[in-house]
Amino acid sequence: MKEDKIFHPRANKYLRTEMLPTAFCPGCGCGTVLNGFLQALDELKLDPKELVFVTGIGCSSWIPSPYFKGDTLHTTHGRPIAFATGVKVMKPDMKVIVIAGDGDIAGIGGNHLIHAARRNIDISVFMVNNWNYGMTGGQVSPTTPFGVRTGTTPYGSAEHQLEAAEVVAAAGANYVARWTTYHVFPMVKAMQEALRVKGFSFVEIIAQCPVSYGKMVKMRRGSDFLKLYKEKSVKVEKARQMSDEELEGKIVVGKLKERKRTEFVSTLRQINERFRQELAN
Amino acid sequence: MITINEELCKGCEICTDFCPKKVLASSNTINKKGYYLPAATHKDKCTGCRLCELMCPELAILISKE
Repeated sequence: MKEDKIFHPRANKYLRTEMLPTAFCPGCGCGTVLNGFLQALDELKLDPKELVFVTGIGCSSWIPSPYFKGDTLHTTHGRPIAFATGVKVMKPDMKVIVIAGDGDIAGIGGNHLIHAARRNIDISVFMVNNWNYGMTGGQVSPTTPFGVRTGTTPYGSAEHQLEAAEVVAAAGANYVARWTTYHVFPMVKAMQEALRVKGFSFVEIIAQCPVSYGKMVKMRRGSDFLKLYKEKSVKVEKARQMSDEELEGKIVVGKLKERKRTEFVSTLRQINERFRQELAN
Repeated sequence: MITINEELCKGCEICTDFCPKKVLASSNTINKKGYYLPAATHKDKCTGCRLCELMCPELAILISKE
């Protein structure tokens, strides 16, 4: 019975299929991210035994947590990058992947994000940005657009949106990209590039929340958000020629930064090795 | 060939809204959980672009070569 329930060959390879269907609401973008990520892993032919998934608290932390077959750490709210740093330093051969939400990574764990990017530690962070705290019913988050009604800002949010991907690019990450769940094929490609890059890689994926966020902005279907992403998104090459006023309310998508800085764990090992040799002499 | 897993589908209609060739359409069939399932109405028009397969949040669609 369980065998015929799933027919995706890649789902059988990477997922605990007995946990499906997912716990996500109908039309949730987290499912699309799960689907795309599965495709990215399958195309890269990665062994699930080499992967460590670290997640925090929130809807998007449910993407890897019960579903993927790799080792999984489901950590406290806002701290997945801190836990992932520890895992990577002790197990440098494992591929450490953080998939968590905007509240987790940009909100509560914002400082961990900036400093992990500055350190340029070899972990891949996928931030699923649904513009609110969806699991608790749609409260305002640092990534909520200006003036939007949410559960805790019934007269419109007075704060401006945090552009997490730009912050990470400025902090020194080796790879930074932003895509939405409308752009599935580039999203999969960006995920693969992020997994391949040595150093801190960050992909921000704008994903729809038709239930908690949608109820306040009167967009109850997943497709409504996808159409909005299609309208509002601007490729990064084009965005560089646009003024700040023109970019207000737009979503800049594409590869924002790629550089080749030295990675943290290998540098740390080199220093340790040098110290050991000096001690032995 | 388009295969739709009836148990996994949650009837969000993303596949029917975004299919570039309008191969998929909403149907009146309801699954066990009470969601309206999509149906492949114009199978001959399918180009196999796999957009629905990757966009589906529930891994419920599989496009395969016949």
